[in-house]
Order: sequence, then C-alpha cells, then structure tokens
Amino acid sequence: MAAGALALLGLFAFPMWSIWLEAPQYPKGSELGIFIHINTIEGSRPNDLDNINNLNHYIGMKRIEADAIPELKYMPIIVLVLVGLGLVVAGIGKRWLILVWLGLLIAAGALGMYDFWLWEYDYGHNLDPRAAIKIEGMSYQPPLFGSAQLLNFTAHSYPAIGFGFIVLGSVLAAAAWWLGRIPTKRVEHQRILP
Amino acid sequence: MKRERIWMQFVLSILAIFTIAACSNDGSNKGVGVATDAAQRVYVAPGEKDEFYNFVSGGFSGQLAVYGIPSGRLFRVIPVFSVDPEKGYGFTEETKPMLNTSHGFVPWDDAHHTDLSQTGGVADGKWLFINGNNTPRIARIDLTDFRTKEIIEIPNSAGNHSSPFSTENSEYVVAGTRFTVPIPNADIPISEYAEKFKGALSFVKVDKTTGRMEIAFQLIVPGFDYDLARAGKGPSHDWMFMTCYNTERASTMKEINASQNDKDFILAINWKKCEELAAQGKGTIANVEYAHNVYNDETHTATSTIKKSVRVLTSDDIKEALYYIPTPKSPHGCDVDPTGELIVGGGKLATVIPVMSYSKMLKAIASGKSDKIIDGIRVLPYKDCLAGEVQRPGLGPLHTEFDGKGFAYTSMFVSSEIVKWSLKDFKVVDRIPTYYSIGHLSIPGGNSTKPWGKYVIAYNKMTKDRYLPTGPELTQSAQLYDISGEKMKLLLDFPTIGEPHYAVAMPAALIMKQSRKMYQLMENKHPYVTRKEADTKVVRNGNDVHVYMTSIRSHLSPDNIEGIRVGDKVYWHVTNLEQDWDVPHGFAVIGNNNSELLIMPGETCTLLWEPKKAGVFPFYCTDFCSALHQEMQGYARVSNGGSAPLTWNKK
Repeated sequence: MAAGALALLGLFAFPMWSIWLEAPQYPKGSELGIFIHINTIEGSRPNDLDNINNLNHYIGMKRIEADAIPELKYMPIIVLVLVGLGLVVAGIGKRWLILVWLGLLIAAGALGMYDFWLWEYDYGHNLDPRAAIKIEGMSYQPPLFGSAQLLNFTAHSYPAIGFGFIVLGSVLAAAAWWLGRIPTKRVEHQRILP
Repeated sequence: MKRERIWMQFVLSILAIFTIAACSNDGSNKGVGVATDAAQRVYVAPGEKDEFYNFVSGGFSGQLAVYGIPSGRLFRVIPVFSVDPEKGYGFTEETKPMLNTSHGFVPWDDAHHTDLSQTGGVADGKWLFINGNNTPRIARIDLTDFRTKEIIEIPNSAGNHSSPFSTENSEYVVAGTRFTVPIPNADIPISEYAEKFKGALSFVKVDKTTGRMEIAFQLIVPGFDYDLARAGKGPSHDWMFMTCYNTERASTMKEINASQNDKDFILAINWKKCEELAAQGKGTIANVEYAHNVYNDETHTATSTIKKSVRVLTSDDIKEALYYIPTPKSPHGCDVDPTGELIVGGGKLATVIPVMSYSKMLKAIASGKSDKIIDGIRVLPYKDCLAGEVQRPGLGPLHTEFDGKGFAYTSMFVSSEIVKWSLKDFKVVDRIPTYYSIGHLSIPGGNSTKPWGKYVIAYNKMTKDRYLPTGPELTQSAQLYDISGEKMKLLLDFPTIGEPHYAVAMPAALIMKQSRKMYQLMENKHPYVTRKEADTKVVRNGNDVHVYMTSIRSHLSPDNIEGIRVGDKVYWHVTNLEQDWDVPHGFAVIGNNNSELLIMPGETCTLLWEPKKAGVFPFYCTDFCSALHQEMQGYARVSNGGSAPLTWNKK
C-alpha cells in the first residue's frame, strides 16, 4: 500500500498528459509538443511552448503560461495529501481504508480530467475578437483524449508517463487490498513498514 | 525482274545505312559507359535524403556550392569570397569586414580548392577550408551552420593556387603561390624576374578546438610557379608535397617559355622540421600587411584586423627540409595515396603518369646524391625516387584520387576521360570518357587514408552540347560515375555554379546530425540585439540613427518611425525573435543602395540606409514567413532637415 501511495510521487518527475500538434509546417519528428505536469506546463523541446503561443496569436488564443493556471499550484498539494493519506492507510492497515483511498484517488483523477476539459474549453473558445484568423463557428478546443483536426494542425491528446504512476499507484493499492485477504501476508506486509 | 531485285536491294541497303548512321549519331551524344540502371542509382525519392554531401568549389563565382550525391541536387551556395545580396553577405555591417584585405574591400575572388579538416587523415566534419586564388586568401567554413567564419589573407603571395591542402590532423593548411613576385613587393623591372622574383609557401596553423588560423611561417623558395599540393599520411605524415612548373623562370609567354624543360619538380617539404626550425627562432620576421577576418558566433559580427609581420624562412635556413623531385612535364596535380607511400604527379604535358615513392625518396636523400642544387635546395635523381610510371595513360593527366581498394583514378584533360589504374603494377585497367575536358575529380574521402570509394565525380571544363543551350555562356557541369564494380559506369550529369575546381565529399550522416537549427536568442551578444518587443527603440546619435527592431511572425516592431532626416545614416539592427526551425525573416527598404537582410532565428543583422529624399518609405519582410507575411511591413518618414523628434510606435 505504501508503495502505491509513494508511486504517486512519480508525478513530480514526469508529465501526466501530452498534447502533440502536427501540421504540414511541423511534420512528424518536428511536431510541437506540450507536456502537462501537476505543477507546470512545458514544451517537449525548449522553445515549443513559445512557438505554440506565437502561432496561437493568429486565432486569438490566450498564451499558455504556467503562472496563469492556478490548478498547477493546487495539484501538487492534492497529490501530496493523497500520498500522505496513503501512507497513513498503510500504517493503520485496515483493508476498507484502502478502498476509501482508491475512491479518493479516482475522484481526484475524474475531477482533474473535468477541470482539464474546462481549461481546454476556455482556451479553445475564449478567443480575442480582433484575431487575424476568424472562422464562423470554429473553435480550437483540443480533444480531451484522442486526435482532432484544428485548421492545419492535427492535435493528439494522450496520457503521458506520469499518468502511468497514477495507474501504478491504483494497481498497487488494489493489490494490497486483494492480498490483505490472507492474514499472514498482512502481518508480513506490516512488518516491512516502519 | 532480276534487275528490279538488284535495284530494290540497292535502295534497301541505302536506307539501312542511313538508319544505322542516324541511330549511332543519336547514341554518341548520350555518352559511352552509361549504366543501364543509372536512373535508379541516382534517384533519391521525394522526402528521402542523399548519401553524401559534396562541397564543390565555385571557381570564378568565389563561392562554395553544396550538392547531394547521388542525386546531384544543389542545396546551398555558401558565400565565401564574393558578396551575396541574397544573404546580405558583404552588404551587412556584420559581414563587410569578412571581405576586407590589405587592398581594402575586395568583393570577389576565384575559389579553387576545398579541403576538409582531418583527424588521422580522415575528414572529421568540423570545418572546410577553401582558397581564394586572385587575392591570396584562405577561408574556413563551419560545417554546423554552413557559414564562412574566418578569412586570412596570405602576404608575399600572388595566386594562392596550391592551397588550402591540409596535413593529416589539420595541424596546418598550406598556401603556395602560383605567381611569384618580388619579396617584398617592389617597383622593379619585370625583366629581373629570374633573379628577383621568389615563391612564398605559407603554413597556416589551425587551432584544434576553435579552428582559428594563423600564419605560422613562410618558406621563401626559388621563383617557380607552385601549383598544387598534398600532405603526406602515415609514414610520410611530416611532409608536404607540392608541384611546380615554370622552372624556366619565364616571365612572358609562359605558354611556350615555361614548357621547355623536360622535367619540372615536386617539392618535398619536411614541414615538421621547418616547424622545429621556426620554433628555434630561425629565419626573420618580415614586415608585411595582411587582413585576418574573424566572424564571432556570439556577436554575429565579423572583425577585420590588419596584421603586420610574419616569420619567413629562406632556403638557407631550411636546407635539410626541402628537396626537389624531378617530375615530367609541367606537373599540375600532386596526390598522395591512402598509405602515404606513393606520390602521383600529373604532368599536363607528360606522356606518362609518374609515381614517386616516399621510402625511395628518403633513401635518395640519405645517399647524398643530387642532380644539381638550386638556391641551396638539392634536386634528387628522378630514377632514385620513382616507384613507377603509368604508361600510355591518355593525354593531359591532371589529378588523381584513390578508392581505398588499390586503384587510382586520374583525370585526363586533353583526352577527356578518367583512367583507372592499379597501384600495384601501375597498369591501366579501365577508362571512361567525360563530357568534356575533365579538370578535377573527387571520390568521397578520395584524398584521405580511408576513402569511401563508391563514386567518382568529374568536374568538367566544358559542356558544349550536353545541356539545353543558354546563349554563348553555357552551364558548367559535374558527372557522377559508379566505381563499385570493375568497370566505371556513368550515372549522371549535373550542372554546377561558377566553374567547379576541386571538391570534397563525405557521408551525410557525419554532418547532418550536428547541423544547427537556429541561434539561441538568449546567447546573442550583438551590441544592438533586441531580445523582446518591449525593448525596441530608435536612438539618434548625431546623424546616425539606430533602429533596434524585432521581427516575429507576422510583424516588425517598430513599424512606424518618424523624425529621420535627409542625410542621416540609418542603421536597421533587426533581431529575428523566432526560436523555431526554418523561420528566417527578411528586411528591405525601398530605394536602398544596399542589399536585403536575411536574418536567421535568434540572429541580429544590420542594414545601412542613407535616405536622400524626403518622403515616406515602406520597408517589409522579404522572406515569405507565414500566412500574414504580406502584412509584415511598415513605414519610415524622412523629413528635410528640421528638428522633428524621433518617434516610433511602441508595443
């Protein structure tokens, strides 16, 4: 269980989501990428985010800047709280608490995805009316999951390595719950923990 | 009936003869030895890349052209010794110093020979060196951004032809003079040529890490015409071999007067020994004047320094380091095989190709025998140095390259062919025509210790009927031959810029991985850089107006400027703020007596404009950068005198 909780710390090292933008001018191998971490947003290469922002001014999209996104300040705290709670659950060693923790983790994940969609909606719809390129009825919301065509760009939105740590954390917690059925294992398990 | 048949047969046979004649005529223009699968062999499908870079000297264009092999496609012309308004080279304030010389600004030269920097006798992909023949210079080109980074003028020299051939680890590149002159140059009668004119052979040291060049020492030698050179390799590492003609020391009608001697020479120079003697302080420091121009990557700006002295060693100082090897007749090319043992002379007027042996030369030196002594330099006996002669090779042998598989390939100017011969027995094994009159030839790595011997490329002096005619001035051309088999096969003709002389090729994989995509804006130390739009401004300093301008898709900042006066010197310092691949911006002003700017991402370039009339003058981006490129424009207002303050629109 403790390992499951600690696995979430991987989110501090790896991005949890990625959006890749491909276009005739940015072919495969030279496409622009955005990595979304729990505490920041950055380009796949040093200048990618600036280049995306520069291109987005044609359609009047706001600049994507980590400082302007409050979620990036909350998310690390939420993750740390989840890690802490996970460790407490491991310490207490009550099986049903593992299920509660898993529920919290999934709820946080679902909320996060909803918030991500809202964020994408805001950037994709809330456009500068003086933008050079205006197309009736066109919005530029990237897909939540999967690929979509936005003018000359194809946007691909998929989970990244960090997301794998959420999955790993859940699987480990679920495994702890499952193995906890056998009392000897639990004893062993508790002994390993300080 | 019988008579009818006879006449019928007569008519048919005439028809047959004409048909055959017509067919064979058609065939002869395509060339002999064309590979049946030539189209496949040179076809590089859309989106695929060539196997080799081919760096081809631009001859009288003064530039360097970059082609792909096997496709023969031209990718880039790198400006070196000639101005290039397209790239602003020689027009921008940053690049004008590159073309400075002791004669002032020289906007053109004649670039003949390329050589790559080497480690262990193999091209290392760092730099390319190229000579300027007319106003003696050597340039260094950086192979990460394909730009000229340094040009050094060679004093006491005239006609920098036997240049810029590199030693095995690029310790030095050499610069021998083809036209001898009085040293120091002086107002003396030309009839005193034989006594007073001397040859200067310069050894230019190359810094291992920065590539920076400096003239380490000059050898002052008898006044012959020093033509081409190659450094030794392996056992002969310490030596440089240099052909010379006009050992008759004729100053007029050289065509006849310099073609009298049956043998001229290859000069063998022990540069290592010269280096030691120079280090011991041998020779003298001569007063000279030459320009040394260096482009700084951080400031994106070149500076030119006039240097005043050079160490010269006369043949008296370095007797034991110089030997003449007799070579038939008016030799041109001087090429050393991959093992470093054989030195091939290409006697323009010779009936054989002489091959000298390095080890035999050492024995001949040790034997103490000499045919004669010229200005203190021993002339070794021809036979004692000779490894062998290639008999009946063809007419007009010029240059030789090697495939690393035991064969040499010599270009024959007069008989217009490439001749393949064996380095074991010096027997000709194959020959193939060139169209027409081949000069240099090049095998990728063909001058190195490890040739990539897959192709040989011919650089021809005439094309006549090979291409669509374009008036009296026809295209120049190169031809690609497959040498992977026993027989050479013609694969492709491709046009070249200027007149191609020597060229070098190396595997694309070694260069493309280090290719620069942009300059880092944050590392830009140009004194007039503007790193963000908020910092753009216009500053007056007397009659000088400095515009700190930025360009980014799709606008220039500032784009409305007022308060410029007739008679001002306006310096447009434009910084390209882009940090994205393949997004240059251009800049031009109406009526400017100058070129455009072409600014790479992260770079700052400066264009000088001296408005002569009052009015409103548009400027714009010249490189179609984006969908709203056409909107990327602005206005400068010029007033007649007055004291209107400078104003500009701020972001």
